Order: sequence, then C-alpha cells, then structure tokens
Amino acid sequence: MSATGQRGIAPRRTQLDNGAVVIAKEAGVTAAVTINASFEAGTIFDPPAEQGVAHFVSRTIDRGTRERTARDIADDLDGRGVSLTTAVGRHSMSLTCTCLVEDFESILTTVAEIVRSPAFPDGEVETRRGEIVTLIRQDEDSPAVVAVEGLLALLFGDAHPYGRRPRGSVESVERIGRKSLQAFHASRLVPESLSLVIVGDIEAGRAIAVADKAFGSWRSGRRADAPLLVEPGPAARRVRVIPMMNKTQADIAYGFAAIRRADPRFDACWLMNNILGEYSIGGRLGDRIRERQGMAYYAFSALDANVGVGPLVVRAGVAPANVDPTLASIDEEVARMAADGPTDQELADSRQYLIGSMPRRLETNAGIAAFLQMTERFGLGTDYDVRVPDLLRSVSRDEVHATARALLDPTKAAVVIAGPYAGPAS
Amino acid sequence: MTALEEVLDNGLRVLIQEVHTAPLASVWCWYRVGSKDEAPGTTGVSHWVEHMNFKGTTNIPRDQIKGIIERHGGSWNGYTWIDQTTYMETATRDALDHMLFIEAERMANCLYDPDDCESERTVIISELQGGENDPDQLLDQEVVATAFRAHPYRHPTIGWLSDLQSMTRADLYGHYRRYYVPNNATLVIVGDVETKEALRLAARRFGTIASGDTAVRRSTREPEQLGGRRVTVSRAGTTAYLKLAYHAPSIHDAEFLPLLVLDAVLTGAKGVNLWASFRTPPPQRSARLYRALVDEGLASAVAGSLAPTADPFLYVISVTATDGTPLAAVEEKALSQLDAVRGHGISTGELQKAKYQLRARLVFEGDSIANIAHQLGYFETIASWRMVPALAARIDAVTLGQVADAAARILRPANLTTGWFEPSAEDGAAVIRGGGHEADAPAGRQDR
Repeated sequence: MSATGQRGIAPRRTQLDNGAVVIAKEAGVTAAVTINASFEAGTIFDPPAEQGVAHFVSRTIDRGTRERTARDIADDLDGRGVSLTTAVGRHSMSLTCTCLVEDFESILTTVAEIVRSPAFPDGEVETRRGEIVTLIRQDEDSPAVVAVEGLLALLFGDAHPYGRRPRGSVESVERIGRKSLQAFHASRLVPESLSLVIVGDIEAGRAIAVADKAFGSWRSGRRADAPLLVEPGPAARRVRVIPMMNKTQADIAYGFAAIRRADPRFDACWLMNNILGEYSIGGRLGDRIRERQGMAYYAFSALDANVGVGPLVVRAGVAPANVDPTLASIDEEVARMAADGPTDQELADSRQYLIGSMPRRLETNAGIAAFLQMTERFGLGTDYDVRVPDLLRSVSRDEVHATARALLDPTKAAVVIAGPYAGPAS
Repeated sequence: MTALEEVLDNGLRVLIQEVHTAPLASVWCWYRVGSKDEAPGTTGVSHWVEHMNFKGTTNIPRDQIKGIIERHGGSWNGYTWIDQTTYMETATRDALDHMLFIEAERMANCLYDPDDCESERTVIISELQGGENDPDQLLDQEVVATAFRAHPYRHPTIGWLSDLQSMTRADLYGHYRRYYVPNNATLVIVGDVETKEALRLAARRFGTIASGDTAVRRSTREPEQLGGRRVTVSRAGTTAYLKLAYHAPSIHDAEFLPLLVLDAVLTGAKGVNLWASFRTPPPQRSARLYRALVDEGLASAVAGSLAPTADPFLYVISVTATDGTPLAAVEEKALSQLDAVRGHGISTGELQKAKYQLRARLVFEGDSIANIAHQLGYFETIASWRMVPALAARIDAVTLGQVADAAARILRPANLTTGWFEPSAEDGAAVIRGGGHEADAPAGRQDR
C-alpha cells in the first residue's frame, strides 16, 4: 500500500482523555512498526543555571523505572531486536524505535513505562554523566560542532535558549543532580505534551487501542509554561575565529536569524533556501564553491524555521588557505540572491523537486512517522502532505525575492570559522 | 519477492525486482572496481573517477546533468569502497528511463574535461582533510594500514595525499576505460516497475555498449599475521580512542556468519546493509562489551564492525574512553571479555537473542527500494545476489559450536592489531608510533 497518492497519508489522529495525541497510519512496507513518541521537552526548557538538563534526561530516562532496572529493560528491548533512540532538540524530546509487528504491543508498553515512571537511579545518573562529559569534550574537538555552536551563540546570545549549547558545558553538567532530572520530567514529560505517532504493518484503530491501553491511564500535572523567545534584533556583521591548530581543515558557519515556522513567508523561504544551498548538490553555493571553484567537499545552506525565529546557516569545510576566498564566494552568492532573487527556471526546478520528492520522503515507516510528528508539532494538519504542492505552486518569484531581500545581507551576517586558521591574511 | 536476473549479450548483468509499496523506482549501477584494484602512485583513483563520472557526458552536457533526476523529485549519489564503486538514483517511477540513460552514459561516455579534473583534485583533498579532523577516523586509517602488509585493502579508499597531488587526467581516464565496461558491471532496478518493460528499457540503453577486456586481475593473499601489532597516534585532542582489529573471514568463508552472530553478542546486531545500518544504532545494551565497558563507566561508546567483503578484511571493535579513563584500563577490560568468549564461546540464550536481532535487522533493512536494490548489487559485486534471500535461513542455521570455533580462531592475540589514539595537550601534527610501520592507512567508504 502506498502512503501517498491522491488521498495522501490520511492518518488517524485522536486525543486521549489525558490530552495525549495519538496519530496512527497503517503502511505495509515491511512486517514492522515504527513508534515515535515526542514531548514538548527540548533544550529551551533547561533552567538557566542547569544547562544540559533536557539532554541529561534524554540519556537517563530509559535507564530504569519504578518497576524494572535498566538491565531488565535492556534485556527486554535487545531480546526483540529493538534499539530505542532518545533524542533531544530545541523544543522536543523524542523516543523512537522500530520493532517487528508481533512485538508491537509489548514494545509500546515498555515505551509507556519508560516515559511514565523513570527512576533515574543514582548509579545510572553517575555513569551517564561520565558519558555526557565525554560527548561534550568530543564536541569541543570537532571544528564542525564548534563552528555551528559558535554561530548560534553569536546570532542569539546567551540569554536566548537557541544560543546555548544543547548539551550544556562540563561545568553545568557536573552540577545537575537526580532531583533536577526528576523535576524536568515532572514538568515537561506529561500526557498533554505527548504526541505519539505509530506507523507500520498494523491497522490504525488497533494501534490507537494499544496506545490508549498503554498511555490512557496516565495522569500527571500540567506542563509548565514555555519560556518567551525574544526575536534577535538587527545586528551588524560579526566574525569570530576559533583557532584549532591541531586540525587539518577549517569549518565555516555563516548565517542569519531567519523566520519562525509559522511565518507566512515560510514556503517562499523554503524555496529560496533550496535554490541558495540545497538543490542538487548544494544549490548555488555548492555549484560555485564545490563544482566551479573546487574549494570544498561540502558547501550548502540549511533553514531551521522553528517555533521561534530560527537560523538560516551556510556551511563549508575548506583548507585554511581557502577560508577567505570561500567567505568571499558566500558573501557574493548571498548578496546576489538578495539583489536579484531566483531566476524563473530556478524557481520552477526547486518547486518541482520539492513537490516531486514527497513520495520518497514518505516511503518508509520512519519517514512517514517523522513527517507526521513535524506536522503535529507545527499544527499543519493531517492533510499537510496533500496541501504541499499547492502551497509551493502559489509562491511567486517576487515573494521569494522579497524574502531573500529581507533576510539575506552579508553586512549583517554572523560568521564563525573554527579550525587551523588564525584570521584573514591582511 | 525475488529478483529477475538477465545477462545481456555484452555481459551486463541486470537484476530487477518489483516492489509496489510506493510510486518510486531505484536504479543502481555497480562496478567491480574499488581501492583494492589500485597500485602505489594511483591510490584513490577509483574514488576520483567516481567523482568525475558526475561531470557530464557526450550526450549530457555538464550543466544539464544537474536537474534530470531532481525534476522527478529524486535523489542521486555514489560511493567507492575497497571492492566496489556504485552509482544510484531513486525517483518517481516515470523517471526510470532517465535514470537508465544517465547510467548508460556514465558507463560509456564521460568527458573527463581537464579543467574539471583539476577542480575535483582539490575537492577530494578537502574531503581527505575533513576526514582527518576526526581522531576516530584518523586512528581507523592507521589501524587498517598496520593490520595489512601485503593486500591492497591497506590502501585508503580516498588515496594517499601525494598520489592525489600527482595523478593525471590520463591516469583517471585510463582507469575509467579499463573498468567501466558492461561485463564488469551489474545494473539493479527495484521499485514500482514492470519487469519486462524495465528489462526492455535497460537493453535499449545499455545493449549497444561494447564489452571490454576483463583480463584476470593479479591479487595478493594477506599472509597470516604471526603476532600482535600495535599503533599509537598522539595528537592534540580531548578524547582517547581504542581499536581492536582482527583479520576476519570474507563473505565466501563459512565462518563469516558465525562471526556476525558473535559480533551481535559482543556489540549488538548491525545486519549486513552498509547503506542502511549506520542510520539506526544496534540493539546493544545487553551486549557483552557494552555492559563491561559502557555500563561500568570505562567507555562512552563501543561498536563492532564486520562487513561482507570479497577478500578477508577486518573485524574492528572501536571504543571511546570516558573522560579521564586510561586506555590501558579500557583495553584490559575489553580483552578480558574477548578472552572469555574465545575460551568458552557463547550461551544458548545469547545465540537465540543474536539470531532474533539479526532476523529483525534483515526485516528493517528492507524498508525502502533503495535498501533492497543496494543489497542485490552489493552482494552480486562481491559474491552473488542469491546470498541475499538466503541470509535469514543461513543465520538461523548457525550453531553454538560454529560461533565458539570462530571466536577461538579469530580472536587470537596473534591475529590482533591494537590502535590507541592518545590526546595530547600540545597542538601540531600527529605523531604516530608503531611496530616498524609507516603510518599510512585506508579510509572507510567514500561517499560522493
């Protein structure tokens, strides 16, 4: 059965009595089911004095419950070939896994147990703290991570949750105790912040019934309010060089505070970014910096329109001698897009690509689940996949150009270079 | 579901499998050429040739190659590794003939414009240097080079820097013309297609391409390793890494699947799909090495790597030490676990769990037409595509005795190469110490 077609995905969406949303889609690609449970519990909810709590919770939530030890849970999941992945973003924390269809009810019950009653045992908290510190130290040795985190700090500042390191620092993580983890869980991982998506070889009504059995009796406090996300104000060009002389290649992160996902200009911005730094092998940026100038293995841009105003980030990895010419090329391409907008042909090509890629995006159970989770998070509706083509067709070249003009200006860009580079030759 | 196999008159092997779960088709063209086919002076040529084969053909001008697949919502890519080079497109089913046209052009008519060759030289050097930024990858290169003395698997897929700096357009074009012939290739089509029509289109696009000389290639058998080897990389950094690499059986060896089961017991099942497996972590929290190293706080991560290969390659266990933990303590603990399994094998419960994990993994790996097509082409290139549908039954037939024998034979100290990455405080170039080896090494798979 195809997930796409004239009717689109057409999932079943229901809300349990406790406020949890369940979205189910039957898709018989393989004899397997993907479970994707997402909570409004991302890093923006970290208390300012305890940066890294959300990430810490994501590393410990499945390490023992009031009913079972971490070892018991690991034996249960591993015994069924299931790898449960916990991930934390700016706004959400998700637990995802794929299981054989015969194991679905048992695995969903285990996922419910994990999110409802984590125990955060002291021993586990200490072991995982060591892992997290190691991860932070690895991040500090990666020019790519250092450049991107440095860029977000420049764009949003320490006072804004988007400007902070998602895993916190070694010092902040050392301060986080079991009580902080419990408090975060109690305030953020509650039924009314849960969106549970189930996609696979199981009838949607049965999937919802199993979900109701596993989560329906869960009663918990109301979620705490989200922090106010202040939009970054206008800024002049800022350049920060972070020398990492033990490395071979430098990473450039260059960007702007762009738009919210709810911004009416989103579709125009989506198309504009595709033309600038995504289409084929990195759009205009990849074509120039990789294909024409041969300066980088990767050069591209990415748009992260989120609940708050998110960044548009240009990335490139280059030899130290090519940092300055690459920056010049990025400046020129950004300025050209702002001055002239896209050509009619570019707009037509990107529009056709984004519309045409929907079946591929929605081919696998995991792909459908991620898409449905995204539509739920941004309130786009369960028919969003069907509406995408018309939304993109309705965007004019002038609208894309106007968006580029408003967002892209090299004199206002934030730039971070991390790697074996000490600064411009002059 | 099974694939149709047809060999065209020019020797091109065509595999077609209908999968009607989405209105998509995936086309892969595989060549039996990889970094093992390279000689000193031209290491990295297979990978560079792969890059050049995206830069225009006689009938597809350079500026028009971009967009053909994108107009059908498609993605395209390619990769080169030790045994193979492959190219792929996945797009809506109406693009099937366009995909076949591109692959036929790629086989016969690539241009190798001298300016494009020069421009791509620096792109590939940038790719190499980006990889060197990662200490784990740097250590991997050193360990593989230390483990192999004779077999060309020791060459890096991306090539030595000096070869990348000196290779000429003639080297690239000669390599292309020698290996890009239909009788050295496998074309795979999977998706929402009709088999007869797909075969007709493939024959029309590829049937006129002349076959080439596929003279027997010289090969070297890696001599048995007679004693443990060790290499230490010291470089400014923050984190220490350990690698334990054992010479491992090829896909042709009856010991390969018992070792795959053993790896599942030690580090969790990964399956055998290199295109899919890295996207999903293995179920490993009850695995022996995870419990001994990660749950005990000595390591933040442990991974096992065993890939199906044409010749014997390596089984590599990679460990990231937690901040402040000495590598010696990590190594001692890991070796004690490996000694235990070498001496006593695994339990019945572990065997059953490993088989269940691998069975699940095979199901999960078949979730997209690209993954299905990858497996058919990958296995045909190193052995036979017919191994793919037989894998589940063969894994199920693995016995406790076979796993114990594999552990006893493979996990021997004399068969081991140990690698350390020791972070040092000072900046500067890497210092590499080893048992009389030059510190050069192969990288992993190189993506487009």
